[in-house]
Amino acid sequence: MTRTAERAAERTAERPGDRIFSALSRGSGIALLVIMAAIAVFLAIRAAIAISRDEGNFLTTFEWDANADPPVFGIAVLLFGTVVSSVIAMAIAVPVATGIALFISHYAPRRVAATFSYLVDLLAAVPSIIYGLWGALYLVPRMGGLYDWLDQFFGWTGIFAYDGTPARSLMTVGILLAIMILPIITSVTREVFRQTPKSNQEAALALGATRWEVIRMTVLPFSRSGIISASMLGLGRALGETMAVATVLSPSFLINASLLESGGATFAQNIASQFKEAGSMGRDALIASGLVLFLLTLLVNGAARLIIARRKEYSGTAA
Amino acid sequence: MSEQHLDTTERGTAVPLATLRPPRLPRWAPGALLVGSVAFAVVVGVVGRLHSHLQWGLIAAVVFVAATFGLAWRVEGRRHAVDRLASLLVWACFLVALLPLASLLYETVRRGVPHVDWYFLTHSMNGVLSWQAGGGIYHALLGTVEQVAIASVIAIPIGLLTAVYLVEYGRGRLAKAITFFVDVMTGIPSIVAGLFILSLWIMMLDFGYSGFAGAMALSILMMPIVVRSTEEMLKLVPAELREASLALGVPKWRTILRVVLPTAIGGIATGVMLALARIAGETAPIILLVFGTNMINGNVFEGAQSSLPLYVYEQWSFGTEAAYDRAWAAALVLIAFVMILNLAARAVARWKAPKASR
Repeated sequence: MTRTAERAAERTAERPGDRIFSALSRGSGIALLVIMAAIAVFLAIRAAIAISRDEGNFLTTFEWDANADPPVFGIAVLLFGTVVSSVIAMAIAVPVATGIALFISHYAPRRVAATFSYLVDLLAAVPSIIYGLWGALYLVPRMGGLYDWLDQFFGWTGIFAYDGTPARSLMTVGILLAIMILPIITSVTREVFRQTPKSNQEAALALGATRWEVIRMTVLPFSRSGIISASMLGLGRALGETMAVATVLSPSFLINASLLESGGATFAQNIASQFKEAGSMGRDALIASGLVLFLLTLLVNGAARLIIARRKEYSGTAA
Repeated sequence: MSEQHLDTTERGTAVPLATLRPPRLPRWAPGALLVGSVAFAVVVGVVGRLHSHLQWGLIAAVVFVAATFGLAWRVEGRRHAVDRLASLLVWACFLVALLPLASLLYETVRRGVPHVDWYFLTHSMNGVLSWQAGGGIYHALLGTVEQVAIASVIAIPIGLLTAVYLVEYGRGRLAKAITFFVDVMTGIPSIVAGLFILSLWIMMLDFGYSGFAGAMALSILMMPIVVRSTEEMLKLVPAELREASLALGVPKWRTILRVVLPTAIGGIATGVMLALARIAGETAPIILLVFGTNMINGNVFEGAQSSLPLYVYEQWSFGTEAAYDRAWAAALVLIAFVMILNLAARAVARWKAPKASR
């Protein structure tokens, strides 16, 4: 049926209206590709200018004096802060989001599940600046108690040392990012869990498995790649998050061994906070750091999409 | 005699019926354990003088989980104990996630409501110093609406046509490349989109800061969302509809415009509104491209503007009580704006859904 339709469509494609319309739609598709390419090219041009004038080492310098003459700047601290805060966010958000997704797909009564998944989708739409405001004015003053406790028992590790200053640190940023990426990871994971073949689950139940055993033996193995790609989508969000970090973090261009004390910086936060004071050299330097962020998120998101695509093919042939 | 014999064999070799069903905890056990562990936590809290009620709650939770697990292991065996533990952990995840999200919404409403009034909505910040009370968000509201409108004028046609290409025309390598890059594009950090327009529009072509520059960055963020949602909706349109139209001799482009798109219009509208909600809250590109001002500037193409999310950020950075109040109030207006768009989108989806499936 469809093949005859296609052939008929090919025959009618001679008409001018058809030619114009198909050219338009193909043109917009190509325009999207051009925009993507242009983003990379334009950022790369400005970044090349900046890096060529950089008196420090772009990768290893612990400094950001791009407006000085000669300019000295490096992304070491930014890379460290971005990766550390995102890793903290992932370590918290992935298990919790998996739990919530299981709750929605397998544990909650149906009506609660429907309402709650609707709520999760709504929360994904809350603007990041509002998370930032809440984080800075509500969360930060309340983290001190927890950090004191961590310092008391784990302070000897150095990572959890805490001096009682306001908790505007990478750890708080990580926790806030975890809260922010929960909805997206949850909603993707939930869909994957729902696709687990009913027959597998019923077979496990028929063999006398408890609910947890059903999940462990059928749902989780089936959804492993789905959970991984959902987490990487969340990671992509966390890496590029700007406003929540800019409001919560008290930045400095030093790597502090303690995650609980203020200091550090991330790519996006650094761009947003330094932009207003930046001269033309400073802007080029910020664009150079933006290019690194762009490549980082491209890598993470591309990998996530490839995993999803491969899984789709796999489950497509299996079905 | 024989009866007695049967009885002994039953007791000796065959398993009596009652034990075929494994021992389970009575139904009231979880409730009783919960009450018990809360009572325990209260006692510990009072005796140990723990001030934070969070600590009380944590103690109660840990005791409850441990007690349930231990008791279930003794009575029901390892497998059921693990099952109960997993259930409790899943419920705990749900509650843990609910807490900050509920707190976020509650805090915004509690601190925002007292300061949102007609004056706040209809006045700008012109001449209001950061520590003074008063002032409003009119200039920011105006900026947001204009920027979002222009962004959607750019993004919606390109997004729709791309989706049409992918579903109706796209074959082969180009379509695959577009699909992949649309997916990747959804993950572009908003600040990177801002930097791109900055380097192209402001640094290279030498235009000044304007709402239009911000709108261009927003449209880059909006396009992939529109493409994805429209693509999903167009795929749902039954092939029979297209075939019927084509069989009647209708050209393909008219079939798409008159049959395919109207059938999917509900879903497409939903996707567009969700995309609008998403970009209305973007701050980062606005900081780079629109720059922010305290005055009302209705001209999108000339001069600095403001926007709601940028306003929240500016007021936060002033760091005075009056400015915090304004930040919360503006945040409340922004959340309401985004939520109304979201709810309207779902309403459209629900209203149009049965028609599309019929």
